[in-house]
Amino acid sequence: MIINHPILGPRDSAEFVYLGDATLLNRPDWQAKDAAAQFHNYVHIRDNPAGSHQELWYHEQGDRSWLVVTRDTLTHEITDVELASDVARASGASA
Amino acid sequence: MRYSGFRLIKEALTGHRGWGPAWRDPEPQPEYDYVIIGGGGHGLATAYYLAKEYKKSRIAVLEKGWIGGGNVGRNTTIVRSNYLLDGNVPFYEFSLKLWEGLEQDLNYNAMMSQRGIINLMHSDAQRDAYIRRGNAMILNGADSELLSQKQVSDLYPFLNVKNARFPVMGGLLQARAGTARHDAVAWGYARGADQHGVDIIQNCEVTGFKIEDGKVLGVETSRGFIGAKKVGSCVAGSSSRVMGQADMRLPIESHVLQAFVSEGLKPVLPGVITFGAGHFYCSQSDKGGLVFGGNIDGYNTYAQRGNLPIVEDVIEEAIAMFPMLGRTRVLRMWGGEMDMSMDGSPIIDKTHIDGLYFNGGWCYGGFKATPASGFCYAHLLATDTPHKVATAFRLDRFETGHVIDEKGVGAQPNLH
Repeated sequence: MIINHPILGPRDSAEFVYLGDATLLNRPDWQAKDAAAQFHNYVHIRDNPAGSHQELWYHEQGDRSWLVVTRDTLTHEITDVELASDVARASGASA
Repeated sequence: MRYSGFRLIKEALTGHRGWGPAWRDPEPQPEYDYVIIGGGGHGLATAYYLAKEYKKSRIAVLEKGWIGGGNVGRNTTIVRSNYLLDGNVPFYEFSLKLWEGLEQDLNYNAMMSQRGIINLMHSDAQRDAYIRRGNAMILNGADSELLSQKQVSDLYPFLNVKNARFPVMGGLLQARAGTARHDAVAWGYARGADQHGVDIIQNCEVTGFKIEDGKVLGVETSRGFIGAKKVGSCVAGSSSRVMGQADMRLPIESHVLQAFVSEGLKPVLPGVITFGAGHFYCSQSDKGGLVFGGNIDGYNTYAQRGNLPIVEDVIEEAIAMFPMLGRTRVLRMWGGEMDMSMDGSPIIDKTHIDGLYFNGGWCYGGFKATPASGFCYAHLLATDTPHKVATAFRLDRFETGHVIDEKGVGAQPNLH
């Protein structure tokens, strides 16, 4: 697979480390009343879709940026790559 | 029909005209007591033990494609019980004991071969870890033996034991481990289940569950609605897709594991051997091909095919361990879908929906577990209580903190 890095251009996926579903960017509020249940969901439970999947890749052997890659889990086709920091800021999370 | 040497001689003398199909191809009934979703090794074993050991009837196995077309036909055929943790070893040892009597029980040649498995060790720390694991196995009734470098060399004289970076310091042997003919396991269970009255319905995809007031009433399929008192999902690799139809989200990611087979060679590997400094396992099939594999690719996928970085990684490990294989050609490689759970261990449990049961999360260790998984799942379906060797495989263990993490890497499925 080739990941089209927003800054560095097309890079071999072997340069990256895979973390998982991009929902990991949305860490729950630790002070919420149901924080334990929310964190259980956040840490353990996944949609695991067959089809389009937003996921976190880390460019370990490159510029060490975190990326949000939109990839089809049935075909491995990558349709979108964004910097995770941009995605986090756009969603209102503090970077 | 019972298979035997006499039967073979009789058929040989009469032109082999007496062999019938090994299982029926029935039309689905409108309703069953038990519907098992998934005609793989685990699903067929579940139906077999449900009928034979627990004396249940009106059982159907629904399979989307053809039976044995998933991971039971795609694995590297290794059977072992060399685990460390209390939640795991008794279960896998129970499984190995079932393997030892499987062919007699099924009256089917599964080519079970207890040729032994050796996990190579390459450092002092790894020796300590293997001694601990071996002791845990012995305490749980499994067999285990620590081998010196010389003992390993005597069995595998071509191993590069003096490798400067990863010298082979010895190995942990489980002599009762071995390999089995993977397809024959599926066929043997299918034939056995069929003989006990189980309907095996192929080309029948489950497209939804009928659930009312928190109770399952049956399944919608590509061949119409099938009513059921109890429904057991047994579709590791596609668990999230199937259970998603009941609005359940699981502690599972689907990943691909690749496997490889070389051209046929003269006998070189007497048993199963694993490289301890990476992740590589290899055995030789009775046809002579080396059957081997390594890590999963490491990203979510349902594509049943992998990518080249892992191919390179696996081949590098093979050559580091067996320099003599440098000119061997790889004949075939393929991929299978793995339910990678959040702690690397499986789940056999009820769900919050009455009458709906779940079996999955086998990571890439499902084949060896086939008999025990079927037995324990049948026990759960028949009695609504977990089998005594499978009490740890709960669906809610991630919420309560009772995880079974053999590798100790946490909730990161691609590291298990």
